[in-house]
Amino acid sequence: MKARDLGELALRNLREAVLRNSLTTLGVAVGVASLVAMLSLGVGLQELATKRLSNSGLFDTVIVTQRRNMGGMRRPEASPTPEKEARALDEDARKQFERLPNVVEVYPQIRFPTEVRYNGIPYSTIVAGVPASAQTTGAYDGIQGSFFSGPNADEAILQIEFAKDLSPQTATLLGKDLVVRYAEREALSPQSGTSNADAKDAGAGGFSIVPREKKLRIVGIVETEPAAGFGGLGSGRLLIPLEVASTLRAAQVNDLRDAVRATNGKSDYASLTVRAKSPTQVEGIETAIKSMGFGTFSLLDATRNLRLFFTIFDLLLAIFGSLALAVATLGIINTLVMAILERRREIGILKALGAADRDVKQLFFVEAGVMGLFGGVLGVGFGWFIGRALTWGTNIYLHRQNLPSAHVFSVPWWLVLGAIAFAVIVSLVAGLYPATRAARLNPVEALRYE
Amino acid sequence: MTIGDGVAVRAERVSRQYLMGTTVIRAVDDVTLEVRAGEFVALLGSSGSGKSTLLNLMAGLDRPTGGAIFANAKNLSEMSSLELARYRSRTVGMVFQSFNLLPRMTLEENVELPLRLAEVDRDDRGKRVQEALERVRLEKRLTHRPSELSGGEQQRAALARALVNRPTLLFADEPTGNLDSATGESIMLLLKEIQQKLGMTIVMVTHERPLAERFADRIAALADGKLVSNGMKS
Repeated sequence: MKARDLGELALRNLREAVLRNSLTTLGVAVGVASLVAMLSLGVGLQELATKRLSNSGLFDTVIVTQRRNMGGMRRPEASPTPEKEARALDEDARKQFERLPNVVEVYPQIRFPTEVRYNGIPYSTIVAGVPASAQTTGAYDGIQGSFFSGPNADEAILQIEFAKDLSPQTATLLGKDLVVRYAEREALSPQSGTSNADAKDAGAGGFSIVPREKKLRIVGIVETEPAAGFGGLGSGRLLIPLEVASTLRAAQVNDLRDAVRATNGKSDYASLTVRAKSPTQVEGIETAIKSMGFGTFSLLDATRNLRLFFTIFDLLLAIFGSLALAVATLGIINTLVMAILERRREIGILKALGAADRDVKQLFFVEAGVMGLFGGVLGVGFGWFIGRALTWGTNIYLHRQNLPSAHVFSVPWWLVLGAIAFAVIVSLVAGLYPATRAARLNPVEALRYE
Repeated sequence: MTIGDGVAVRAERVSRQYLMGTTVIRAVDDVTLEVRAGEFVALLGSSGSGKSTLLNLMAGLDRPTGGAIFANAKNLSEMSSLELARYRSRTVGMVFQSFNLLPRMTLEENVELPLRLAEVDRDDRGKRVQEALERVRLEKRLTHRPSELSGGEQQRAALARALVNRPTLLFADEPTGNLDSATGESIMLLLKEIQQKLGMTIVMVTHERPLAERFADRIAALADGKLVSNGMKS
């Protein structure tokens, strides 16, 4: 029989037992919905975790130092890159890193201890420079207040715990001023030939420390410092624009070390943060930088483990989600076996009129496939609604807990197509036995059936 | 489609046995019968004589347990199930006592069904359905369902369905069994007309001797699965 005739007859047969076939299709839909809901939850949680971790700056960044600086921090390697002569981590190197493929930006880590005065009371804390790009990565999405108005704005964002130290009513801090007291490096004898990033910076010739003050306006409050990196001083509790931080020329921890170590008269960076487009590109960038003769550090292994965890997590969710589909499969088998009993005489007539065994088999197969297809499409729709409801419920809970809303559910296109295809395949497998049984019916016996 | 000497179908020492528990039932027992092309043969016998079983064997609905049936110059018992299905589709038309129309289909759809199974082009189907229904004078009942027709009309519709694929062999199993005598006679007249106008070979099972004697060219009588007389009209 031609495919179109087969389809028409199958649809006609399905319409004729509309209640039973609809219920069977609904069973498939519930099964698919359960599968889609489970997997979408897994995918959604994975995306959420990846996004959060990505925003943390730990997984899409490579910290570059001069090789001699890395010491015990270097990750053990299975196949270490050939050692090259240690290169200076200077402005040339920074520009070279910026030219690497998939690198979004390269910036130095500026992080220094300071004393903050607010309402005349001193507080010790760590200041960290934040690149302007941090605003676009979504890292500051949950900020209370706003991000810096510009890269050179004399503004500050406080970490919540530090903000609580200043005032228990953290919201009242927004728009208020505070004073940062810090130690500025002042070059003692700038040397000729200093052509580095900041010629004014204290270089190998030594520097003096001059106490300075800077007035900043509080514009925002965050839970933690996003993109905290691996600074030796821990997370910054007072965040200022990176440009502002660099103009302060505040003395940093490694300045003393560099003062005694440097021999070439050039000013180097203690470390540079290289940000990749995505965590998956970190490995390539890290290898490229290593081959240039620098030391690198990233949390690549951690991301690998994260992927492995979510693969297993998704697999378990898929197994639980499939249980309902397995029950639906039994429903299809039951419906089609019942249909054989009911349509026994019809099968006999078809065979008497010239239907081959394979025609009868294909007819039952198509009926099973159509139920699977409709069930699959319907199930994806149900699954999507379940997901929306879960996200809605979760966000209500998060809102009550004063936590930012989260998208815990994601239905990617591959899941939509995969679920429908899976429903059709499962239905066809379920239809295999009834279809074979129908095809084998003896036409004479079938025609006798009343 | 003949097998030489104008033979349309030939059963050669055909047997069909069934096993019921440990008892062997010989439904058809060593029957040899030849039906010539264009002939109207009545298989006459009482209930359980094996006439319907023999008809089913010749129509390719069943396979003999012994002997051979030749049609289209081929031994049906050696055909694959696909070849047998093609034989039923293209060479054979069948009419049953209980009409066997599909109740949820209209008359047009019922008659079109064999064309679908024979993979006839959609463009030709309408014309052929119309032609078949005109032959049985039901062309105005295209959209009616079987339940909306009388018994005689249903049997005529079944006849149209049997003819739509233009077969050369028409097998009718008690075609008047569910009809009153007047309607039965009209069906028999129609069968006779089809035989004469189309030159079709007809094998009809019946237990009504008068009907067989009036319309068939030859009567083959069966009793207990055996052919007891062949060709004699009393």
